[in-house]
Amino acid sequence: MSFPTEFKYTKDHEWAHIEGKNATVGITDHAQSSLGDIVFVELPQVGRSLKKGETFGVVESIKAVSDLYSPVAGKVIAVNTALVDDPSKINKTPHTEAWLIKVELEAASSVSDLMDSAAYSKYVESLH
Amino acid sequence: MLKRTALFEEHVKLGGRLVDFGGWELPVQYSGVMDEHLACRASAGLFDVSHMGEVHVEGQDAESFLNYLVTNNVAKLNIEQALYTPMCNREGGIVDDLLIYRRSKDRFLLVINASNTEKDYKWIQSVAADYKKQHPDLRISNESANYSQIAIQGRKSAEILQKLTETPLNKINYYWFKEGKVLGNIPAVLAQTGYTGEYGFEVYVPWDRGPEVWRALMKEGAALGLKPCGLGARDTLRFEMRFPLYGHELSDTTNPLEAGIGWTVKLSKGDFIGRSPTSILKEKGIPRDLVGLKMIGRGIPRPGYGVFTEDGAKKLGEITSGTQSPSLGLPLGIALIASSNAAIGAKISVDIRGVKVPAEIIPTPFYKRPY
Repeated sequence: MSFPTEFKYTKDHEWAHIEGKNATVGITDHAQSSLGDIVFVELPQVGRSLKKGETFGVVESIKAVSDLYSPVAGKVIAVNTALVDDPSKINKTPHTEAWLIKVELEAASSVSDLMDSAAYSKYVESLH
Repeated sequence: MLKRTALFEEHVKLGGRLVDFGGWELPVQYSGVMDEHLACRASAGLFDVSHMGEVHVEGQDAESFLNYLVTNNVAKLNIEQALYTPMCNREGGIVDDLLIYRRSKDRFLLVINASNTEKDYKWIQSVAADYKKQHPDLRISNESANYSQIAIQGRKSAEILQKLTETPLNKINYYWFKEGKVLGNIPAVLAQTGYTGEYGFEVYVPWDRGPEVWRALMKEGAALGLKPCGLGARDTLRFEMRFPLYGHELSDTTNPLEAGIGWTVKLSKGDFIGRSPTSILKEKGIPRDLVGLKMIGRGIPRPGYGVFTEDGAKKLGEITSGTQSPSLGLPLGIALIASSNAAIGAKISVDIRGVKVPAEIIPTPFYKRPY
């Protein structure tokens, strides 16, 4: 399992790809694999303000419900609505096509506490 | 330290994802819940259910004792026939649900839930202690450590299992069994029972012979689409049939008449534990009913979610089991709710994360096998 080096990661297994003042947010390959077949996703409205660590939606596998926590603070500017019709995309392409939301970062939003891919890989290994 | 079945190494080799299930280290899935579920529906699935408890009840007084212990009628059980029944406590709540296999006039095999094995065995012994004063020819033993139990379920199950045994499987009817041999010399109980809604068998062999039987079934089944199935698929398969699961639909405080298994309660057979509170409940009217529901709005009903009237004003009960049905592709639920709102077609709502989402009571089982 490999984790893109340009992403930052949380202990809750979300990733954030920060480009300028925007971030794309998703869940990691490890997260989708642990959840199993994802059958439902609930995402926020465009325009909603998110605090760092705030719940912004859920993903559900056949067996379990998992909250999604925002790795960044800011305003939701796009939602991947294609996932609502086909949540299994999250199992297939969690780091690319199946991103969840895009966020316009708050000026003061810091990501210095997030892990880089090497640290996250180690973290995932430590869970086994 | 978690308990392991004799098949533990097989699960590791097959890449099973192991979890703690009631103190047992068992695979929740191998290839994935959806894949395993659909394989069982389309062809066949193989399940290690060796964690289930087995109890022998034997002696001239065994039949009358069991008829006092459980709600269904053991006296009507023929040799080589199986019976599904709850056993109740004195308040009419369910101690456990179980299968009783009649091996001869005086020998019975009880199969009980893994997580309830110790509780059940203590309960059976405590009932027997009194019973034996009048009816002494009664021997009860916990044989759980001596059986491996393998379930092969699905339309291809007989074709695969038949390659291991000379016992003609097509002569075994639903809820009947035969004692025979598998792989030449391994004594086996071959029963047409199961927990999936598919045509299939449950096979009981000596504990240490489980692995070779499992491996032989995997080998013979490979070309026919057989897949190993974990606890996840076992749960979704039983869910689609509305088969109750202890701890979800059934509990120490739920009466069988409420739990959708009223057909297993034979009030006219004579006295049994829980008969009096159960017949009072029947006379007064049963306040709760177990129903199936489908969501009209978006969301998946999950165990513990509140069920409310359509307008959301009054709580009716709770979801006992719920998931996205793999076979139907719909979010479905089972709920224990007030009988007043339990008619087929009734509109209700389910509290999903604080939002009352519309739902409708529908007939069960959700899934009906097409063959």
